Amino acid sequence: MSDEILVMRGITKRFAGVTALHEVSLTVRRGEIHAICGENGAGKSTLMKVLSGVHPHGTYEGDILFEGEPCAFNGVRDSERRGIVIIHQELALCGQLSVAENLFLGNERARRGFIDWNRTNHEAQALLDRVGLRENPTTPVNDLGVGKQQLVEIAKALSKEVSLLILDEPTAALNDDDSQHLLDLLDGLRSEGITCVIISHKLGEVTRIADTVTVLRDGRTIETLPAKGLSEERIIAGMVGRDLEHRFPPRTPDVGEEILRIVDWTVHSPAQPDRKVVDGATLTLRRGEIVGLAGLMGAGRTELAMSVFGRSYGVGVSGRVVKDGREIDTRTVRGAIDHGIAYVSEDRKRYGLNLIDGVQRNVSAAALGKLSSRGWVNENEEYTVAERFRRSMGIRTSSVSTPTGTLSGGNQQKVVLAKWMFTDPDVLILDEPTRGIDVGAKYEIYSIINDLAAQGRAVLVISSELPELLGLCDRVYALSEGRITGEVSREEATQERLMQFMTRGQSS
Amino acid sequence: MTTKIAPSPAAAPPSQPRRFSINLRQSGIYVAFALIVVLFTVLTDGALLQPQNISNIIVQNSYVLILAIGMILVIIGGHIDLSVGSTVALTGAVCAVLTVQWGLPWPVAVLLTLLSGAVIGAAQGYWIAYFGIPAFIVTLAGMLVFRALTLTTLGNQGIGPFPDEIRSLSNGFTGGYLGNIGLGPLGGADLVSLLAGLACVAGFALSQWRKRSARLGYGQTVDPMPVFVLKIVGVAVVVMAVVVQLARFRNLPWVLVLLAALALGYSLMANNSVFGRHIYSIGGNLQAATLSGVKVKAVTFWVFVNMGALAGLAGVIFAGRLNQAGPTAGMSFELDAIAAAFIGGAAVQGGVGKVVGAITGGLIMGVINNGMSLIGAPSERVMLVKGLVLLVAVAYDVWTKRRA
Repeated sequence: MSDEILVMRGITKRFAGVTALHEVSLTVRRGEIHAICGENGAGKSTLMKVLSGVHPHGTYEGDILFEGEPCAFNGVRDSERRGIVIIHQELALCGQLSVAENLFLGNERARRGFIDWNRTNHEAQALLDRVGLRENPTTPVNDLGVGKQQLVEIAKALSKEVSLLILDEPTAALNDDDSQHLLDLLDGLRSEGITCVIISHKLGEVTRIADTVTVLRDGRTIETLPAKGLSEERIIAGMVGRDLEHRFPPRTPDVGEEILRIVDWTVHSPAQPDRKVVDGATLTLRRGEIVGLAGLMGAGRTELAMSVFGRSYGVGVSGRVVKDGREIDTRTVRGAIDHGIAYVSEDRKRYGLNLIDGVQRNVSAAALGKLSSRGWVNENEEYTVAERFRRSMGIRTSSVSTPTGTLSGGNQQKVVLAKWMFTDPDVLILDEPTRGIDVGAKYEIYSIINDLAAQGRAVLVISSELPELLGLCDRVYALSEGRITGEVSREEATQERLMQFMTRGQSS
Repeated sequence: MTTKIAPSPAAAPPSQPRRFSINLRQSGIYVAFALIVVLFTVLTDGALLQPQNISNIIVQNSYVLILAIGMILVIIGGHIDLSVGSTVALTGAVCAVLTVQWGLPWPVAVLLTLLSGAVIGAAQGYWIAYFGIPAFIVTLAGMLVFRALTLTTLGNQGIGPFPDEIRSLSNGFTGGYLGNIGLGPLGGADLVSLLAGLACVAGFALSQWRKRSARLGYGQTVDPMPVFVLKIVGVAVVVMAVVVQLARFRNLPWVLVLLAALALGYSLMANNSVFGRHIYSIGGNLQAATLSGVKVKAVTFWVFVNMGALAGLAGVIFAGRLNQAGPTAGMSFELDAIAAAFIGGAAVQGGVGKVVGAITGGLIMGVINNGMSLIGAPSERVMLVKGLVLLVAVAYDVWTKRRA
């Protein structure tokens, strides 16, 4: 047997005109823990989906050699038959079913079509012992915490006689103890000869446990390094080493006095009320200022924004929101809007638009009161408003009655922005304002953001793309594991610096 | 997804008319209704459109149409109400107790009955909106509970007879206050009815004209003048044809006057009021509506209160028509009302539908019922046809949506 268990060569994967992976290569040696690092959107998860057959053979270019043989997987079942098991970030467990039922789901221990419960529970117990989970196999999965659920997933993988285990962000949702336990378990599996590929944003964990690190950036393999003696700074340099082009419209900042201050903001997860998703965050915004909020997946950026905006996320929210020197009540969405706060969601289709309704009615949706008297809407005024935004923002649509579901991503985003601009907010929170938008439309969105700031409004931009924050913002906060770990002005900001703050965990 | 390019950034000049095109998905229901009417007119040798029969169709379907108005709002909001049949029975019983047993004056009794319907709606709306139980479950429970309360109230027997005023609201006709005039070969017809019909047509034409002028004033595109005139003439011909037939028979049924007022009021409410808009936005995308500051729970609650009040009105009218409140009143009315809404173009996911569409859907079923019984079809065949019509109507809607 060769030393290399997996070789991926020249993998190229395109989605509707966007190249997600470009000639990516990856070589994994038998029995090692191989970490893959990269920014959000670098192509890590896509690469793993290609490997596991989620993107079937034929939808990508390049070769996959597993155990020296070429592979052509058409689905997850194919790859699992060969011993490749992927554990996704969002766990794929049926919460109402017991641990044992989940372990053998689709792979039931049965005799002539009837489940053999004794064998099921007996074998389940053996698997749980192997991953060090002291729980009864008949316990419903919902009664376990996320850390233990993660172990159930690994046990499920072991039940399929796994030889290559892929973990996508396994510790992102875990607390320190659970993370430690998981890493110890991976260490143990390595000594049993199981090869692991782990995708992680937590560079401290990567340098501690991995044997080899591969860095991806913008869908390309940048480098593969031995992890021994590797510093986090060295990995970051590979992750961000990219030059900024002229992708941003010019702007002269005119920053005024403070308008909004969020003080000591703490939010708990609705799923695990004892886990802090946002932990004592304090930040300020000034008139005419564009402020960035940087953070990796799971750092709590969206959770912070949505909890401020009418408690739309989280439980056990505490902290104060001070506007123009006075504390304001943002416990309801209506209250937040009335106090001049607007929140543009990262998922415009789910949270931003009524896709079956036209542009006109979407634009007016958050401020119908401004267009109505005594409860009756003046549709002609509404049309005029929608038409005004269509022209001023360059929303490309045949008419303002066109359903928004038929517009392109960039135009949909402009409709959502128009909706919030019509509420005439003092503070706009824009969550991933350019996600899934092509380069030309991005430039237009940046121009709109600049205009909003020039009108004396404060803008808080949440983005996974560091170059975007650097190109757009006057000041950037870094968020890591729910805490503000750094604040950098435009002059001092570099991608390396921000990435250091963003990966600064509380444990490492 | 496609990017649509506007013809020019300055938009079309205001006076330039829009190219006339029929939106089949929206107008399909009206075309279907017209075809069904023509079909049964031929099959019944014109009996369908005889004065007395037109009057019968309206009176026999009035309560289902009233329920359909409330139901379409519930369905646009993304919910369902299975309890309306039982609510009709219970409110009918309440009305009977108030008038027959307690001897309250009829306007007070009707008002209290509507209020009791609203309370029933509020009770269900509370569990749905504020407690978060799916409407299907809450109203399924309501269907049983309110039927049980009906039986308790009536003690398993009918209560009647009702006062004349309530009976004439269900069955009666406007009086011949100004006498008849001759219409040549059509014979005599009631002048008041004809004048009322003309007033409706004139009002419709005037409001459409003012709407058109206002839209032009705001620089919006409107139908070109010939199309505009054609639409008004079309509506006028249909309305006057029905009114003339009714005027030749026994004048306007009171329940038709009531229905016309409800249809107009609720159409305006759904299209032009903030409340109506909020119902559409909740049904279209609940999360987006919530994050836009729509008070989702309150709107949902009031939609069910409204449904209850309309069910109360239907209860009064149904009881008045039979001249007694019975324990089996309103059986499976909920299914007729739901079918009317879906035939009329509502979407199962919510967010889509029109009041006029639901009424047309209800009339389609009414015409099928009436026409088939005129040609002597057995009731099982009527049921079969109605079921298939519902299936075809929704299949057509799904098909046009997929093609778009």
